[in-house]
Amino acid sequence: MIEFELNGQAVTSDSPPDTPLLWVIRDELKLKGTKFACGIAMCGACVVHLDGSALRSCVTPVSVAANRSVTTIEGLDSAIGKALQSAWVEEQVPQCGYCQSGQIMQAAYLLENNPNPSDADINAAMNGNVCRCMAYTRIRTAIKRAANGGEA
Amino acid sequence: MVLPKQTAPISRRTFIAGTAGTTLIMGLGTVLPGCSREEAASDLAAGASKQFSPAVWFVVDGTGSVLINIAKAEMGQHVGTALARIVADELGADWSKVTIKHVDSDPKWGYMVTGGSWSVFTTFAMLSQAGAAGRTVLIEEGARMLGVEAADCKAHGGNVICADEQVSFAEIVAKNDITRTFTDEELAAMPIKPAEERRLIGKPASALDVPAKTRGEAVYGLDTELPDMVYAHPLIPPTRYGSSIKSIDDTAAKDIPGYMRTLALSDPSEILQGWAVVIAENFPAAMKAADAVNVDWVAGPTAAVTEANILAEGERLTADAASGVKVVDDGDVVQARASAAKTHTATYRTSTALHFTLEPQNALVEYVDGVFHIHSGNQWQSLILPFLAKALEVPESNIVIHQYYLGGGFGRRLFGDQMIPAALAARELGRPVKLIFQRSEDSRFDCVRSPSVAKFDASFDGDGALTGIEHAAAAGWPTLAMAPGFLADGVDGNGKFDTFSISGADHWYTLPNHRVRAINNDLAQRTFLPGWLRSVGPGWIGWGVESFMDEVAAITGEDPVAFRLARLDAAGKNAGTAPSSVGGASRLAAVLKDVAERSGWGKELPDGEGMGVAVSHGQERNMPTWTACVAHVAVDPDTKAVNVKKIWQTIDCGTVVHPDGAMAQAEGATLWGLSLALHEGTAFENGEVKDQNLNTYTPLRMADVPELDIKFMESTEFPTGLGEPPLIAVPPAVGNAVFAATGTRVRDLPIRL
Repeated sequence: MIEFELNGQAVTSDSPPDTPLLWVIRDELKLKGTKFACGIAMCGACVVHLDGSALRSCVTPVSVAANRSVTTIEGLDSAIGKALQSAWVEEQVPQCGYCQSGQIMQAAYLLENNPNPSDADINAAMNGNVCRCMAYTRIRTAIKRAANGGEA
Repeated sequence: MVLPKQTAPISRRTFIAGTAGTTLIMGLGTVLPGCSREEAASDLAAGASKQFSPAVWFVVDGTGSVLINIAKAEMGQHVGTALARIVADELGADWSKVTIKHVDSDPKWGYMVTGGSWSVFTTFAMLSQAGAAGRTVLIEEGARMLGVEAADCKAHGGNVICADEQVSFAEIVAKNDITRTFTDEELAAMPIKPAEERRLIGKPASALDVPAKTRGEAVYGLDTELPDMVYAHPLIPPTRYGSSIKSIDDTAAKDIPGYMRTLALSDPSEILQGWAVVIAENFPAAMKAADAVNVDWVAGPTAAVTEANILAEGERLTADAASGVKVVDDGDVVQARASAAKTHTATYRTSTALHFTLEPQNALVEYVDGVFHIHSGNQWQSLILPFLAKALEVPESNIVIHQYYLGGGFGRRLFGDQMIPAALAARELGRPVKLIFQRSEDSRFDCVRSPSVAKFDASFDGDGALTGIEHAAAAGWPTLAMAPGFLADGVDGNGKFDTFSISGADHWYTLPNHRVRAINNDLAQRTFLPGWLRSVGPGWIGWGVESFMDEVAAITGEDPVAFRLARLDAAGKNAGTAPSSVGGASRLAAVLKDVAERSGWGKELPDGEGMGVAVSHGQERNMPTWTACVAHVAVDPDTKAVNVKKIWQTIDCGTVVHPDGAMAQAEGATLWGLSLALHEGTAFENGEVKDQNLNTYTPLRMADVPELDIKFMESTEFPTGLGEPPLIAVPPAVGNAVFAATGTRVRDLPIRL
């Protein structure tokens, strides 16, 4: 049994320790906002935070989370997280929306570490996140809006 | 409630409004054969609607809230928002009280398809009439309550208003027992708002699906669960067709906790040939077991086919003047060529491309009381239902497809073939089955965009002027494989062709002699299931047509913009017809002039840089979306890497219903075009696509995004399609820009210098 914190709550997993964290979060703990897409850590749909760092949960064994703190889109209640979600609505970013939990989690990690990123910083931080609808310009604009206190 | 007696023909379009409890139900549709209009109305008021097939269906409740049912799939185009705003504008509803619901595959919804950029184009008139009929009903009742004439009232903001008096929709619905129907003739005469009176269409709006998608709350097919369900993982045969299973050895899987068994599937519809699924208590166990189970297949006959084989067959076919079906045959290209002073031939090719929807294919199926409940996001329920019925050996009425958000469609989810293995397994096991494809399986089972070959032969007279073009295009045809009833007749009576695989060749340039032959590449057809991928035929046809136009302009020494404008004269068949193509080629000329002006066409550029232009009329001649694109590229002299610096687009799709949603579609489609031009493409190898995941399949990412400058023409003309058309002109504009920058003509997609 593996114990960890998920969105501020103590949780346990009965899955084998090599089970990808993604499936523990989605199917055992029933939080479906984190998505499965490529399965090889190359699209970013599965990004969560582990002790505040962005992590690809599709290739991370649940054992890595033992006694640590995991945050998913459902628990993203930091000021930066809220600012990003507002900016995402203001800029009408999502199309199909499937990648957007991962995009927002990756962007939150970026802004926590670089509150005022340039376009090049954003490209570098977000290039690992695929948006198949290709809403990239709006993702970039929304990150800048969030960094700018909600102003466009 | 008492409903009015009607004796009008029952199969024609009818609008019915009827109070049911504390709500007012309204629908525009067809009373089913064998039913009377009054039976249908009474049935409707009971909330049942077994006798009425509503194309539009909305409900106003006693609080004034309006629920509009949407029979189209939401896959990122915010279609529900656009369609609901058409109804709500005519109805005079308070937009803040409007909600939408994406419906299941109940036959009452009629033919269900979301694709072809058709949604607004095909429903705009009906939605407008339904909203106007609803408004008429509410105004009649409201006027009576206010003691005024209906003619003196208007409806907006959820109120019926007469001078300084008003009554809300909520009060009207709560206090009245309404029954009202309109005949087809009355609907046709229903007053539709003139453009200047619209309050929602064409005005800024937030999409209804966006907030949930920023909080991880939007429910996609993959997110669905049912009690007692088990997980299934596909074991995909080595070829799409003709493989069979010799033996299955699951010895190594038996030690995996959660592994249950492996099922070989027998599919009477023959969509699955040589399939098996691994069953497990959870998906991680299913993934492990899928690696551990050893299936010995007898591979089908195309197990050795390569991309090069398919393209070679396409080249053989396009070179054979007797092959294919004539789609356009204006003038006499043979005579033009015989009398030509000069000819020029070029062959354009495109590689196989994947849909790669981020949400992998999946389906959850429960078989209960003889009915298959299928939970899966889908674009074309009416296409897959007959296949499901055949596979499951039950009538279509025993199958219900429940709709969810689609984690990308792009045409992949037009075919719901992934539902079949889940349904077969659910029946076999007597438990709900959730089937999930991992990425590699998703790519191997994709209905890919076919590789294509297009050969162009141009003839020139003694003065060097263009006299004619023959265009022969060969590819795998999705419509032949999946929906042969949609094939069209050629102009020569020589057979049928897939309009979706040749559209764009019937362009709006006036040419004295022009012939188009559509050719099915039979080797492609036998090797894989060709699919509809965003922009479908025009996505590869446009690459050849607009690149070749550039070649011809270079030969005749004309400027590429001037060359095109000279042939967009809106003469003869290119004059256009009302309502959808009114103005014809003159509107294409207008967007071309606009984009040329905005991009500074013709300006001096540094060495190694160039601008290219291309135009498109969208998906179909009878639904033209006029687009013109200019790309500015820089080509690295050493690495030959193509850097797209900026893309301009000007788009005329008539009335724009949801402007921000339209812009989002245009941005996405433009970048899809760029991705297919430079970043995407795979190849068949041993009968399968060789690139199956993002380690080697490399769609455009954020750092690859150039500056975009996209403009919509102001228009109140009839709305056409938008989800796909802005893709089409991008690859040839980039290719033509590479030619301008380097003098090298590129003829293969993706572009590699």
